[in-house]
Amino acid sequence: MTTTTPALTGSRRRPGDKIFSGTAAASAVLILLILAGVGLFLLAEAYPALVAPSEDIEGGRGLVLYLWPILFGTLITSIIAMVVAVPVAVGIALFISHYAPRRLSQGLGYTIDLLAAVPSIVYGFWGVQVFALALVPLYQWLEENLGWIPLFAGPASTTGKTILTASLVLAVMILPIISALSREVFLQTPRLHEEAAMALGATRWEMIKYAVIPYGRSGVVSASMLGLGRALGETMAVTLVLSASGGVSFNLINSGNPPTLAAEIALNFPEATGLRLSELITAGLLLFLLTFAVNFAARALVTRQKGGST
Amino acid sequence: MSRQIDVSDLDIYYGSFLAVEKVTMEIKPRSITALIGPSGCGKSTFLRSLNRMHEVIPGARVEGKVVLDGQDLYGPGVDPVAVRRSVGMVFQNPNPFPTMSIYDNVLAGMRLNNKRMKRADADEVVEQSLRGANLWNEVKDRLDRPGAGLSGGQQQRLCIARAIAVQPQVLLMDEPCSALDPISTLAIEDLMGELKKEYTIVIVTHNMQQASRVSDRTGFFNIEGTGKPGKLVEMDATDTIFSNPSVKATEDYVSGRFG
Repeated sequence: MTTTTPALTGSRRRPGDKIFSGTAAASAVLILLILAGVGLFLLAEAYPALVAPSEDIEGGRGLVLYLWPILFGTLITSIIAMVVAVPVAVGIALFISHYAPRRLSQGLGYTIDLLAAVPSIVYGFWGVQVFALALVPLYQWLEENLGWIPLFAGPASTTGKTILTASLVLAVMILPIISALSREVFLQTPRLHEEAAMALGATRWEMIKYAVIPYGRSGVVSASMLGLGRALGETMAVTLVLSASGGVSFNLINSGNPPTLAAEIALNFPEATGLRLSELITAGLLLFLLTFAVNFAARALVTRQKGGST
Repeated sequence: MSRQIDVSDLDIYYGSFLAVEKVTMEIKPRSITALIGPSGCGKSTFLRSLNRMHEVIPGARVEGKVVLDGQDLYGPGVDPVAVRRSVGMVFQNPNPFPTMSIYDNVLAGMRLNNKRMKRADADEVVEQSLRGANLWNEVKDRLDRPGAGLSGGQQQRLCIARAIAVQPQVLLMDEPCSALDPISTLAIEDLMGELKKEYTIVIVTHNMQQASRVSDRTGFFNIEGTGKPGKLVEMDATDTIFSNPSVKATEDYVSGRFG
């Protein structure tokens, strides 16, 4: 034998390895830089509003009192949207993944994916032209029959442009995302776990309860958080649908509503200069921090659940 | 609670594909029946037809009869869910519910059957089942831990405990040891010897030593070629199948001269 043993010592890295690891690392660093850059820009631009005397701020009562109703409007519309959308989305996802016959489920799946791609301004038009008006009778009914609940105290809006309408439009908008992602997770449930439940004599719903939902729970949380992120940041639809003309109020069906952060910025940005511009950028900073917090919370939730399940 | 199964002229289809043809078999109570044969010969499909688990694949159907203690499992109005509650199954890969504790895993089937149980009764069932599966001493101090934290062999015994907790009439085992090491395999085989005092057991195995060690009767399945249906070639007492089979193909297979 004349062949020599190849040297086992010394690392000879191939160019492909170097290029790949280099570009991957660069992309990762770039993301962090962009994020940091956005944060710094917002901070720097918001600074004048942060230090300005409170009587100079829009409304004349300081930055906190200016931003609070807007933050409140953002939170309440998003929360209502989530409460409405998540159960429905999970139901749709389960129907597609485990109930519908295969042909129907494929068609439905494509339709849901398409819905996720509809531009938000289209939802906004639809919300204000069709949906809001259609909801007016419902609001009147709510006021008459459930008016003792502060949420529905009224007087009911005659245009339908209320917090509840905005929330429901948001719910419709985030429904496809949550449902499409949940469906993917549910479809990946290990067959082994499904069969374990079936072999014990589980009905379909019991099988879903035992095998599919525990497996998909963290995925549904992530999907919901993505939906929440979209709801918090949604601008066009809310700007069109919500007639913003009030402060903090839990009254969901009258016409005096707080705006949302994104809508407030979109409505006022074109004419804003100087300090007013700074105020709006502060609102943007707040929104940035809020979505950041939501994503962190989601990540924490998902890791904790994974930790518990292994 | 141990019951006889009579299978007569059973054809199993996936869509229009005939997977298993004309199986007639008598499975005796309080004994272990082993099903052996090459891969793809339909023995697992046949096993799954005994508790209608093959129906989870769309298009699967059968013709013929499977009679458990006088009742046709495929008769009109028979609910597959009810069938599976009285014919338990253990799978090739251990599949405890990963998010449930050991305790809850054992009780999973009970909770499906009757929703409310007194705590003391539940404790009793858990201990009985885990003792029945020879697992009690290993896990009694950590019943609240997730089932997925156990070793493979322990997980498989947990699955057996889960299956016997509902006191089924029959226990089906689909290659229950093929994912386990020899020591765990031995533990499961010992357990099967215990379990046959109370249950009718049907096991599919690729391991012929295992079949000859544990079973009382053995059925040999074979297939003539790809696309052809699997058939039950021969069934007899295990000793006879392994020492003096009446069909040449059986002898070739059990002696390793297959193909």
